[in-house]
Amino acid sequence: MKGKYFYNRNLDFKEKFLSLDFTLIFLILLLGIISFFAIYSTERGNFTHFTENHIYRFFTFFVVFIVISFTDIRFWYKSAYIIYFLTLVLLFGVEFFGVSASGSKRWINLIVFNLQPSELMKVAIIIFLARYYNKIPSHSANQLKFLLQPIFAIIIPVALVITQPDLGTAILIATGGLVVIWLAGLRIKYFFYSFITFVCAIPFIIALLKPYQKIRILTFLNPERDPLGAGYQLIQSKIAIGSGGLWGKGYLNGSQNYLDYLPEKHTDFIFTLYSEEFGFIGSVLLLLIYALIIQRVIAIGRVARNSFAKLYCYGFASAFFIYVVVNMAMVLGLLPIVGAPLPIMSYGGSVMLSMMLGFGIVMSSKIYGKGSSIS
Amino acid sequence: MLRDFKPTENKSKLINRRMFMLTTAKLAIFFVVIARLFYLQISENIKYRSLSERNRLSEWKLPPQRGVIEDFFGNKIASNTRVFQLHMMPENVPNIEILFFRLSKLINFDKRDRIRLLKKIKNRKPWEPIVISDNLTWSEFSKLNIFLHEIEGIEPVVGVARNYPENGSFSHLIGYVSDVSQVDLENSKFLRSIHVPGLKTGKIGLEKSLNNSIVGKPGFQRYEVNAYGKRIKEVKFIEGTAGQNFKITIDSEVQDLATKLLIGKSGSICVMDIYTGDIVAMVSSPTFDANKFVHGISNLEWKKLISDTNKPLINKAIAGVYPPGSTIKPIVALSALENDVISPNLTVQCRGEIELYGHKYHCWKEKGHKFIKLREAIKQSCDIYFYEVAKRLGVNRLAATAKKFGLGEKALDVLNEERLGLVPTTKWKLDNIGKGWVIGETMLAGIGQGFFQSTPIQLCLMMARLSNGGYKVMPRIIHDAYTLEPIIATWRKEFSKKHNEIDSNTEPNSDDFTNNNLQKLYRNPENIKFVLDALYGATNEPMGTSYGSRYIENKYMFAGKTGTSQIRTITQEERELKLKNKDLPYEKRDHALFTAFAPYKQPRYALSVVIEHGGTGSSGAAPIAKKLIKKVIDRHQFRKEQQEDLYQEI
Repeated sequence: MKGKYFYNRNLDFKEKFLSLDFTLIFLILLLGIISFFAIYSTERGNFTHFTENHIYRFFTFFVVFIVISFTDIRFWYKSAYIIYFLTLVLLFGVEFFGVSASGSKRWINLIVFNLQPSELMKVAIIIFLARYYNKIPSHSANQLKFLLQPIFAIIIPVALVITQPDLGTAILIATGGLVVIWLAGLRIKYFFYSFITFVCAIPFIIALLKPYQKIRILTFLNPERDPLGAGYQLIQSKIAIGSGGLWGKGYLNGSQNYLDYLPEKHTDFIFTLYSEEFGFIGSVLLLLIYALIIQRVIAIGRVARNSFAKLYCYGFASAFFIYVVVNMAMVLGLLPIVGAPLPIMSYGGSVMLSMMLGFGIVMSSKIYGKGSSIS
Repeated sequence: MLRDFKPTENKSKLINRRMFMLTTAKLAIFFVVIARLFYLQISENIKYRSLSERNRLSEWKLPPQRGVIEDFFGNKIASNTRVFQLHMMPENVPNIEILFFRLSKLINFDKRDRIRLLKKIKNRKPWEPIVISDNLTWSEFSKLNIFLHEIEGIEPVVGVARNYPENGSFSHLIGYVSDVSQVDLENSKFLRSIHVPGLKTGKIGLEKSLNNSIVGKPGFQRYEVNAYGKRIKEVKFIEGTAGQNFKITIDSEVQDLATKLLIGKSGSICVMDIYTGDIVAMVSSPTFDANKFVHGISNLEWKKLISDTNKPLINKAIAGVYPPGSTIKPIVALSALENDVISPNLTVQCRGEIELYGHKYHCWKEKGHKFIKLREAIKQSCDIYFYEVAKRLGVNRLAATAKKFGLGEKALDVLNEERLGLVPTTKWKLDNIGKGWVIGETMLAGIGQGFFQSTPIQLCLMMARLSNGGYKVMPRIIHDAYTLEPIIATWRKEFSKKHNEIDSNTEPNSDDFTNNNLQKLYRNPENIKFVLDALYGATNEPMGTSYGSRYIENKYMFAGKTGTSQIRTITQEERELKLKNKDLPYEKRDHALFTAFAPYKQPRYALSVVIEHGGTGSSGAAPIAKKLIKKVIDRHQFRKEQQEDLYQEI
């Protein structure tokens, strides 16, 4: 009975090591290396603390990724709620002990670095919901009593993040969670109804938005309305990308970057800089790397032997996709500038940590999904 | 507890199915992103590339070098010289007060400079250089260079600035340049199109009227700039085109002597080549140092200049208007002869005064000239005789001749300051004053008083047109071979024709003259000859008005007409008191005028000397002319070397 329901606990290290997804590891490392060069380029070829920090973080969290990979998936299953609540506590902590920067309070000072709990929540919410829906049959997912907890599990952190204020991360947390709920079996019509309700609620939401957020949305609709103010970022980003052309201006030759026209070039606009220097070809290749990573995560999810792992992998793959697409769409002028980093590429410790954590659990589910059979 | 899926469970299938749907959607979204990338980077690439270039590059115009003005002999009159400037980069200055303190020890730097600089710093970007001083002396400049390493944020720069002769001999004619003002920009579309910081524009004189061609084309430096507008590096540098150089007809030596002769006096001198029209000298006095305007004249000096009653800023040679006085008598005589109103033998009795309709008209000579004929009347400048001539001639016929000889019209068309003067006619009076002409005014016109107004350059031109045999010569101030050549060719033709005429006694073909732009101003050449002969008498025969200033040597011998232009009506009491000019207060004294041509035997130059409140023409103006004529004649041989000679045989 026991053997039927559980993974084989007794894999030796060699087996564990061999069941690592080396393609995924290779792709993540590749992305990491590309990001080193991109961050280095933001500093116009000077090796400054940005590049240095980024490299340290990447490798530190890469180690975290490997450690998590070798941790039993059941540990993560068991700790799912704890992880979620701890992250939630940190989010509350931000309200009280948070560090402010450029008008918003998002960070907790951990001495070594400033942690952004909202980034961790991106992964925590997926873990939480994957565990929650683990035992719930698909048809039950549409029952109200099974819907309330997930809804609150999403709304509470989202509300906290919005008040920081950080609309971008809040939206990413929410969409990540909603994807898992849908995958778990909630009928599409409820999403449709919610969407209608949301549209109706827009006027009230707008009333609650901060002035700068309103400006961002208006600016998205017409960037030229304020070319030197809020629309500046988007216009300069489009100029940088557009001027890249087919092959790009060449590494370290992005004039928009070099001359400080690019805003937030280390973080949210790293793709702009990359795209200016490597052009259409480079951008499509980068997109391909992301697509392959997502494909690998989905593939791991497909062979997962249990609901938790499957939901988690699919959820994380989808969330990861959303992060990538929202960031790119944003710098390409397809979405408003909301402040969403490009996973792994962007400079930032918390987002790197949360992504490595996310991949670690994916890898863990692969390693510990092996060796047990359905029969 | 974490458990595997049961084989029968369809939850896994549902999740997989939904994930498949999601993956399809993801692919579609990726496609949208790629499409967008394609649109921005491939389709709209050119647009964004140009926008990026525009972002990247910024241009700074550089002031061009002004063209040089040379005199007839190639001496530079308005040139560009090195000046020592001190620039400051505000962003590199650690403490502005300390900098100012140090500067005040090293260079001429006072409170006013301090206020000016602080104001400039406020309005400029910190990386834009600010000119602290643009005209340091060499000692200041070298002192600065010694202490340069101790003072941060300043940079000594060797720049270029306009330079003029310091004695001010060309200040009126050449004018000066100064910073472009708001008014200049409003008035000139050309200036607006080329304006760059640091550009200087001509304010008066030739610098102003030649400005558009002399200023040159600005160059530019293209810099890569960052998002804040700071220059990162120079990408391209295109040097501006220096402005056109000009050569003028003036002889600096004559000009300098003329300036010296006028020191302490208020007036002007014009000297002209009677054939080519070249203006050899044109001086106005008192003058000023044009260099002071280049770096911004101080308030005190400016006030001193504009409050001076002798009006140093006015170019009196072209913008001073005076009644021509007796200098017009040759024209009155010529007009009368040409119109057959009188014959040279007309005899008039001068008793010193005549009465007309109860009004007395006086001759300058109280005792009168007794019975006098035309030649003597010109020679001795008898007013009574010319009252009679004018009465017979009428003002309109006089005006026609005066205009032909250059009065009442702008002599030059290059200087904006030039004034027209006035040749009165009956129509003019009716139109402008609204009253009919009276005979007394005709009489006054006959001695160049009344409404008559003329500029010194017009008087000079009048004498030139008389002395060259009565041809319409046009004054030239800008010298260039292309316009001079045909003029010389025409005169050569004219002289050779005259030569042949004497030989063969054939009538000259008058059509040729008009074709060659040599317009005859006379009807009968004998009349011109008569007037010139009378002028010879005025200078070279006893009783002539300028006899005291004559030269005996043929080389320098000249003939001229004095004039004394009254600026007030002399009252009966004053006449009885026999007040001499020197007894009158300065501003009530008459203007002294003299016009002449030289050498008499082979005339080449005409000149006019006008001394404001200088007394009589014979005492105030003719002696100055005498000194100048010698110089002009002496300089002729050098001038001859510079251009083709008029006479082929000589």
